[in-house]
Amino acid sequence: MHIVVCVKQVPDWDIPPSSFKVDEGAKKVVPPAGVAPVVSQFDAIAVEAAMRIKDADASTKVTVMSLGPATARDAIKNGLAMGADEGALLTDDVFNNLDSLGTANVLAAAIKKLGDVDLVLTGRQAVDWDLGVTGTYIAEIIGAPVVTFAKSVTVSGGNVTVERVLPDAVETVESPLPAVVTVSNELGEPRYPKLQQIMAATKKPMNTWAAADVGLDAGALAPKLTLEALYVPVVDTKVELMEGDTPEEQAMALARRLKEAKLI
Amino acid sequence: MPNGVLILAEAEGGEIVTVTKELIGAAQRLGAGPVSAMLLGSGVEAAAGKITGAEKVYVVDDPALAQYTNDAYTQAAAAVAQKADPAIVLMGQTNIGRDLAPALAFKLGTAVAMDTIALEMKDGGLHTTRPAYGGNARAVNGFSTTPAIATVRPKSQDPVEGGSAGAVEKVAFDASGVRTKVTARTAATSEGVRLEDADVVIAGGRGLGGPEGFAKVEELAKLLNGAVGASRAVADLGWRPVSEQVGLTGKVVSPTLYVAVAISGASQHMAGCSGSKNIVAINKDADANIFKAARFGIVGDFATVLPALVEAIKKVKAEG
Ligand SMILES: Cc1cc2nc3c(=O)[nH]c(=O)nc-3n(C[C@H](O)[C@H](O)[C@H](O)COP(=O)(O)OP(=O)(O)OC[C@H]3O[C@@H](n4cnc5c(N)ncnc54)[C@H](O)[C@@H]3O)c2cc1C
Ligand SMILES: Nc1ncnc2c1ncn2[C@@H]1O[C@H](COP(=O)(O)O)[C@@H](O)[C@H]1O
Repeated sequence: MHIVVCVKQVPDWDIPPSSFKVDEGAKKVVPPAGVAPVVSQFDAIAVEAAMRIKDADASTKVTVMSLGPATARDAIKNGLAMGADEGALLTDDVFNNLDSLGTANVLAAAIKKLGDVDLVLTGRQAVDWDLGVTGTYIAEIIGAPVVTFAKSVTVSGGNVTVERVLPDAVETVESPLPAVVTVSNELGEPRYPKLQQIMAATKKPMNTWAAADVGLDAGALAPKLTLEALYVPVVDTKVELMEGDTPEEQAMALARRLKEAKLI
Repeated sequence: MPNGVLILAEAEGGEIVTVTKELIGAAQRLGAGPVSAMLLGSGVEAAAGKITGAEKVYVVDDPALAQYTNDAYTQAAAAVAQKADPAIVLMGQTNIGRDLAPALAFKLGTAVAMDTIALEMKDGGLHTTRPAYGGNARAVNGFSTTPAIATVRPKSQDPVEGGSAGAVEKVAFDASGVRTKVTARTAATSEGVRLEDADVVIAGGRGLGGPEGFAKVEELAKLLNGAVGASRAVADLGWRPVSEQVGLTGKVVSPTLYVAVAISGASQHMAGCSGSKNIVAINKDADANIFKAARFGIVGDFATVLPALVEAIKKVKAEG
């Protein structure tokens, strides 16, 4: 059993909205100084899903794969420290400014290069663009079925069984392998690597591949979805805070304002 | 030549869902040619007749579509898209749309813009605006391929009003390539008002300290005939069911009154409630982000404010 987990390195999302800045000319987010990029939230959970499968069957091999700048190595190392076996970093100047389909094309080409992959896990969406399309694109490119929003992923007898969380239901979906599964936060918290595991991770194998190594060129990666502008929306609501010396006074002031505004 | 706008219609219990009406409204306003709809499912022909404002309604009615699977629906939607040859395809950012849209985009050799909140025709092409970075930013996208596909956030568009039913055309599809199957489904049961349709929502966050903190939230919701909502932190902790989660990865609500109790107002939470007409925030931290989006606020501890508010509202209501 060989599982590939796709992890993306993104700007830390856990910053106060006031520190969120965009360079409108470059159409890029400017991370606040001194705040290091992190592994996209759901992707660490996808690694956790893979590790649970490996916990149940130690013969499982887990490869963590990331497309990005050289720093994306840290996102892969995080997965290796959690217990994954190998890393694959896809980095090349022609990978700057890809759209999701371009990204999926590169990831799928690398998955094909690995050759023996049974299961691909991704996050339900990357926390930068919040799209939730890359896993599905990978599935289409490699000709495998996709099951989205997993809260549990188990494999047996050439099949994967996914508990799929929807806002109003939980579904059990079965699919033959190879398959792509996208993982949601309901799966649970990713395991926290121990110092010893973090040290051991630096010795695990990591491949670094450029476009040519996976048989792609810039022409195959031209964006179909173009980014025309990126900006921070202005919100200009002004809150009216309720005055009062006691909670009772504040509450009464609110009740009266709600009544005046015909809201109750 | 690709022409017109094809929307994905959805039916629930034989009725056309609200977001479908919003999509038809948006498609008409684009003025990008004739509007058609596709309805996929099993036993949905009667519902197809209830779709108004689309000139044509393509129906794929097949037992293989009784339960949604990415495999089956993508093939059915692709069959319709090939027949209709639209320049634009719109779906709701719903359970179905968010799963189906990228697969359909791939099948049609094009791209998709997910979770859009504004659509515009410019220079003959579709341009979309969508929240990104958890709602902190807005991204404007264009397409270099046709059809342009977009999913549209529920409640972001005004629904179509009236209009006549379209001509129904059945489209066949071949289910033999379907690989996945749904073997079980447990629906969340909720009593009272449906969260997405509620005119009043009282939502609680991690600051409530535990499931018991929701007792007064529930009481207030009952008093105002509203529904209870929750932040993801609360759903993740298991204090409330996932079905109550409001936000980017939960439900989108746009009630007249949204009361956020002990919720910090992270952008990802606001993604689900910023369309509310009036937000009231109760939080002990005066700097909490929720106050930036709120119309009215109380800085204070929910443990004392909430019981007092329940009493105050009862009193004010009794005054008539
Ligand atoms: C990609 C992504 C998607 C996400 N999707 C969602 C989503 O769909 N929905 C969602 O909600 N979140 C979502 N999140 C999580 C979001 O970023 C926040 O972590 C979450 O909303 C925080 O929940 P909270 O406000 O309840 O908790 P906290 O952030 O912990 O806030 C608790 C608040 O309670 C206040 N408080 C504490 N004690 C009291 C008291 N006694 N009285 C009054 N106030 C008190 C505090 O001042 C604080 O403001 C997502 C995150 C990511 C990265
Ligand atoms: N550059 C990348 N490198 C590795 N995985 C990625 C990358 N971009 C997206 N993914 C994977 O695809 C998922 C969905 O991303 P997105 O479609 O951008 O929301 C992410 O959660 C990752 O698992």
